[in-house]
Amino acid sequence: MVRVSAARTPDETRTVLDAGDIARALTRVAHEIVERTKGADDIVLLGIPTRGVFLADRIAECIHQIEGREIPVGSLDVTLYRDDLRRAPARALLPTSIPTGGIDDKVVVLVDDVLYSGRTIRAALDALSDIGRPRMVQLAVLVDRGHRELPIRPDYVGKNIPTAKTEKVLVHLVEFDGDDAVRLSGQPLEES
Amino acid sequence: MNRHLLSASDLDRDDALLVLDTAAELAALTDRAVKKLPTLRGRTVVNLFYEDSTRTRISFEAAAKRLSADVINFSAKGSSVSKGESLKDTALTLEAMGADAVVIRHPASGAPDRLAHSGWIGGSVVNAGDGTHEHPTQALLDAFTMRQHLAGGKGDLAGRKVTIVGDVLHSRVARSNVLLLSTLGAHVTLVAPPTLLPVGIETWPCEFSFDLDSHLSSTDAVMMLRVQRERMNAAFFPSAREYSRRYGLDVRRMNALPEHAIVMHPGPMNRGMEIAADVADSDRSVIVEQVTNGVNVRMAVLYLLLAGAQLGESEGSDRTAEVVAP
Repeated sequence: MVRVSAARTPDETRTVLDAGDIARALTRVAHEIVERTKGADDIVLLGIPTRGVFLADRIAECIHQIEGREIPVGSLDVTLYRDDLRRAPARALLPTSIPTGGIDDKVVVLVDDVLYSGRTIRAALDALSDIGRPRMVQLAVLVDRGHRELPIRPDYVGKNIPTAKTEKVLVHLVEFDGDDAVRLSGQPLEES
Repeated sequence: MNRHLLSASDLDRDDALLVLDTAAELAALTDRAVKKLPTLRGRTVVNLFYEDSTRTRISFEAAAKRLSADVINFSAKGSSVSKGESLKDTALTLEAMGADAVVIRHPASGAPDRLAHSGWIGGSVVNAGDGTHEHPTQALLDAFTMRQHLAGGKGDLAGRKVTIVGDVLHSRVARSNVLLLSTLGAHVTLVAPPTLLPVGIETWPCEFSFDLDSHLSSTDAVMMLRVQRERMNAAFFPSAREYSRRYGLDVRRMNALPEHAIVMHPGPMNRGMEIAADVADSDRSVIVEQVTNGVNVRMAVLYLLLAGAQLGESEGSDRTAEVVAP
């Protein structure tokens, strides 16, 4: 049997989700959010910059089409709460904007592009507790690539993609990168 | 960013914009329930003040504390300095106590530079005003304030006209502002009596003039400098009254400014001398706002200098190398 992926060179990339796959995954996630929160009555979507914010906007638009209501969307930059700041030069801060209703007693759904170690989400949970006290916090991600380093799990997953730690998951979104695609690059699973 | 912030000229345009953008994001966080951020937990910032200061020291202290750093305040009065301890021995003491950053104000121009490059301490050095030389964080907060009012809070200050009036000779604020504002693309004009302009002013990246009234109508921001009597050992002008009439900002001169122009002062003010009380309290004045912005700008500086890996600290680069290596 031919192992296609084994023939790749390390810097080769392969597309795992195209624009249609991403749109369908986000629509499904939106439906799941509506179902699990029983109508998305008091939810607030908070995207984690950069790409999580665009994903949150798209999910909010889907929920708007399903339920016919505007869903509050904001962004939450977690840079100041990261535990790995001292491993790299200081990063520029990205915008944080909390919708006018605040997050107290709301169901906050954090939205990010890729779930990996879980450390970004830990930082986001810390940041949330400094902003207010949500009734519940849930997590939606476009891609779950595994390799968690903390006891954190997603509530809504666009696509589970098993990866090797040596691989990179590249998410491109129209709003920021000009096209919609999720690609894998680097050494594939079999060779790790 | 460099490891130290000693001069406004340490910052190129990108660095300066990074500080201002970071300060803007930090400013947006100040209306939250919990103002404190965990970013600099476990880091120690020493405020080493050899000269009196109210707002700069408090501002740095508030900035460091909001980022959860431990703050040690050291003022020359009531310390071993009054027993004759040298800057070097004080620095070695601070190093032995594990200071990650030293914020220094000193009456001697160049003291922060000496501290940063002597090898006495390993941490970052932030110049909080040295003699008549520089005060870079004041220039950053002034630029931040101008950007909020004149450039919509974004980008640089290209084409904006700033007039800085008064005791330029003794002013570290003026020097740092000229350097930073010209980096950000603003046109700066210094206005002062000839006796209060330093030698070599023609080499600065700005224009200068002896007449205030002719510049008012084309100014976007006017910054009044304090007449620094404590540094004046000669008669630089005939009398306070004459200085005030020729170079003070009174209501008549304020009304000659364009509609959108703002009035600034680094503080502390001599009301009635360089600025009339009615002007300082008018709605054109952004003097109180400058103080608020000072905390955010200093938080940004401490964050950018201290939060990331230090140059020479290899933890981060080693890890990256591991990941990249096939």
